[in-house]
Amino acid sequence: MPSDKKKHRPVLVQVETPNLIPERDLGTIPVLQAEHLGIDFGGLTAVDDFNIAMGRTEISGLIGPNGAGKTTIFNLLTNVYKPTRGTVLIDGYDTAGKSVAEVNRMGIARTFQNIRLFSKMTVEENVLVGFGNTMSTHLITDMLRLPGHWKQEAEFRERALGLLDIFDMRKYADTLAGNLPYGAQRRLEILRALATGPKVLLLDEPAAGMNPAETEELMENIQKIRDELQIAILLIEHDMSLVMGVCEVVGVLDYGKIIAKGTPEQIQNDPRVIEAYLGKQEVK
Amino acid sequence: MSEKRPIISMGGRGPASGGARRTLPMPARYAINAVVVLVLLILGELMIDGGAINRYQSTVLEQVGIYIILAVSLNIATGYLGQLPLGHAGFMSMGAYGCSIFIIRVSEALGVGARDFVTGTPMALVVVVAGLIVGGLCAAVAGIIIGIPALRLKGDYLAIITLAFAEIIRVVMLNIDDVLGFELTGGAAGLTGIPGFSSFLLVFGCVAVVCFLIHTMMKSRHGRAILAIRDNEIAAEATGVNTTYYKTLAFVVSAFFAGVAGGLYAGCVGVLQPAVFGFMKSIEILVMVVLGGMGSMLGSAISATVLTILPEALRAFSEYRMIAYAVVLIIVMIFRPQGLLGSYDFSLSRIIERVMNRDFPWSKKDAAPAADVAEGKEVSADAER
Amino acid sequence: MFITQVLNGLQLGSIYALVALGYTMVYGIILLLNFAHGDIIMVGAYVSWLVMAQLGLPPVLAIVLSVAACTLVGVLIDKVAYAPLRNAPRLSILITAIGVSYFLENGAQLVFGADAKVVPAYTDLTTIQLGGLSLSFPSVLTVLVTIAATVALTLVVQKTKLGKAMRAVSEDMGAARLMGINVNSTISFTFAVGSALAGIGAVLYAMAYTQANPTMGMMLGTKAFVAAVLGGIGSIPGAVVGGLMVGFAEVFVTAIGLSVWKDAVVFLLLIIVLVVRPTGIFGRTMSEKV
Repeated sequence: MPSDKKKHRPVLVQVETPNLIPERDLGTIPVLQAEHLGIDFGGLTAVDDFNIAMGRTEISGLIGPNGAGKTTIFNLLTNVYKPTRGTVLIDGYDTAGKSVAEVNRMGIARTFQNIRLFSKMTVEENVLVGFGNTMSTHLITDMLRLPGHWKQEAEFRERALGLLDIFDMRKYADTLAGNLPYGAQRRLEILRALATGPKVLLLDEPAAGMNPAETEELMENIQKIRDELQIAILLIEHDMSLVMGVCEVVGVLDYGKIIAKGTPEQIQNDPRVIEAYLGKQEVK
Repeated sequence: MSEKRPIISMGGRGPASGGARRTLPMPARYAINAVVVLVLLILGELMIDGGAINRYQSTVLEQVGIYIILAVSLNIATGYLGQLPLGHAGFMSMGAYGCSIFIIRVSEALGVGARDFVTGTPMALVVVVAGLIVGGLCAAVAGIIIGIPALRLKGDYLAIITLAFAEIIRVVMLNIDDVLGFELTGGAAGLTGIPGFSSFLLVFGCVAVVCFLIHTMMKSRHGRAILAIRDNEIAAEATGVNTTYYKTLAFVVSAFFAGVAGGLYAGCVGVLQPAVFGFMKSIEILVMVVLGGMGSMLGSAISATVLTILPEALRAFSEYRMIAYAVVLIIVMIFRPQGLLGSYDFSLSRIIERVMNRDFPWSKKDAAPAADVAEGKEVSADAER
Repeated sequence: MFITQVLNGLQLGSIYALVALGYTMVYGIILLLNFAHGDIIMVGAYVSWLVMAQLGLPPVLAIVLSVAACTLVGVLIDKVAYAPLRNAPRLSILITAIGVSYFLENGAQLVFGADAKVVPAYTDLTTIQLGGLSLSFPSVLTVLVTIAATVALTLVVQKTKLGKAMRAVSEDMGAARLMGINVNSTISFTFAVGSALAGIGAVLYAMAYTQANPTMGMMLGTKAFVAAVLGGIGSIPGAVVGGLMVGFAEVFVTAIGLSVWKDAVVFLLLIIVLVVRPTGIFGRTMSEKV
């Protein structure tokens, strides 16, 4: 790892494409920055030279055909896979050598393409797991039910219910997560991620399996989360109406490489993007 | 902005459904359970004193209590953490030897006689409690030593490495005296001279305390982290759960209580031989947990009770009882793979609350099915009473 | 002296290897730690005793009947106890396997009594001369039979249609079923082969140690299981290498006068190998897709 020395202190890195960061976030350290990120599986290069610099309250999208390496990028950003090359900085801090849980505590939270809830725990408990690192009671305090336990438990149960209100899910608080309808499971995953208090939220196909009405509501909620919590959101999505409707910057990934980057309008009219999705038009 | 809501009818329990539900305040719940436990303890003790339960029966009862502790402690690692340790007897033996050696040496030094343990002088009681804690700590240390390599492994590999570790403990207990050059464990002949400090009150007092502590741990942020790892380890990590720490914690707490049970076992039996803590003992405890239902404290307690009393009751048919046991095991697993109780757990307060709300199983109100499912997994400390 | 020890190690290791092959095959196909596998050896040893000592029939028949009985018991166990649980949680099947193991051990105790039975010698030949060396015949035979059995098994798995079906089922049971493979008969076949190998192991064991008792399968099975995990469970060469490692470790520790520690050494060896290589020497690393 080339970055061992800068593990514990914020590193200011020159932002290569400042024009893509929304104006309101210009002049600050990017909340999430990746430089020349890449990974090889065996001899196969799954992701190569991925760069991103996200503003503090930016909503960005990552699109691309199936198998282009989008989820792999999420796994690299969260250290689920250790990158072969490149660095990831969260708020200027290098994530090299950190565990997945530590990276989460540094400020990245994510959802999963194939839903991964704690299905035998209640909805409220799922969110409370997310609050786990914010809570501070000692094991002994909890085991002996000292006053500190009750105080904190009550406080965080209230906060959990408040979080559930974002998606109007308070009514499900005592339901087992595994028994929720599909759309609610996707929403719960987002809330659980938010409970960890992230600076950046990564959403892996949040609208998968949702109907148009649900997708539209999700779009509003993504914006609402950004506006109220003032965090950055990076999402992977196949639903173009969502990507184009909510993202300020869109990156297009094909065969592990970013082939285009820009505003939704620019992307929609980019011939390389059309080619990646539809194949090259043959000229006769 | 949020006017449009998807219309999903789930019949979920919301603040609006059917008025305020009457609940018991927390202190009341704990007080009720404490009173019930105390009454049962006193009742048992009175029956023993009065002769309604004879000496043999009370010894069997002590064994029941010891196995309950072993089963509920193993349940932490299997039912709650979702791993499969096959070496619980190893932790039990660490606790048994640690506790016994401590008590023997300390009572010698302090001049506490064997009779004091039976009559229960305050000094003897202090020594016993300290001994049980020492036993638990010995087992917990063993838990850390094996937990650190074992928890890097997945599923069956963890099972086999814990089995291996328990066997190593057994061989060490058997032969350590030759290496040390003085008598510590007594080798194959066994460790003798352990005062008979276990009594109905002590064993079931420990059962109550252990169940309470496991319950309170599981119903806290630490317990939730452990359950999260069981349900989805990758998601737990991404949600900030330090999986290594919490796996080790669950393992160590499980080992600690197994050690306490080992100490009580030593005080009940009076002689310790390494052969007792073999692989079969670990399996015996695991069978109790799986048969009762993984993650159900009540299930563990019931099957520990039944599986301890039944062989005693069937002593007359000793030739057939193990075969019968094997057949029952196979049949139960084929017809009820999730165990007798699944993950249901009993809560006295919940029943009282139901009565307060006139919410009986036979009265059809707008009781939400989803809420019932959610309640089904509540863990309760008063499970086994 | 040294040669004798090596041969002893090879002999013990070969028996472990044969039994480990059964563990590995069953694990490879249905991910079950078949606790009853060790007890199948006990069945084989008792059959040999029954045929030779009780019925007075010739050793050849004893060998054939032992292997046949083991095969039959293996398949029967799968059909009765494991097949109904194919879709159950894996822990339930594990407990069932433990139940079967109890059943066999206590059944044998009930039928034959708790004391050990002496299995008569299969052959009068005790030593063979090889280039001036006098070698124990059972040892040499054990090693040769194990080599032959391993080669045969490898050929079956690699070259035959059934072997291909076995590999397919172990990769992905659902996909194999969709490809028209009869999954149940493939699993039965796996149990049959694994148990037949255990039967051969039983004969070789009885030849070396000349006795049968109800719980003989327990420690033997556990050690063989350790061997399978050591080598990398699911791998045929792994089972053989693991078996030999365990065999040599035991013989070596005994040779230097520490026989009381031999079990501890074997288990310690396992822990060390697993810490260094979490899936055993030849094991494939599996990672969950995120």
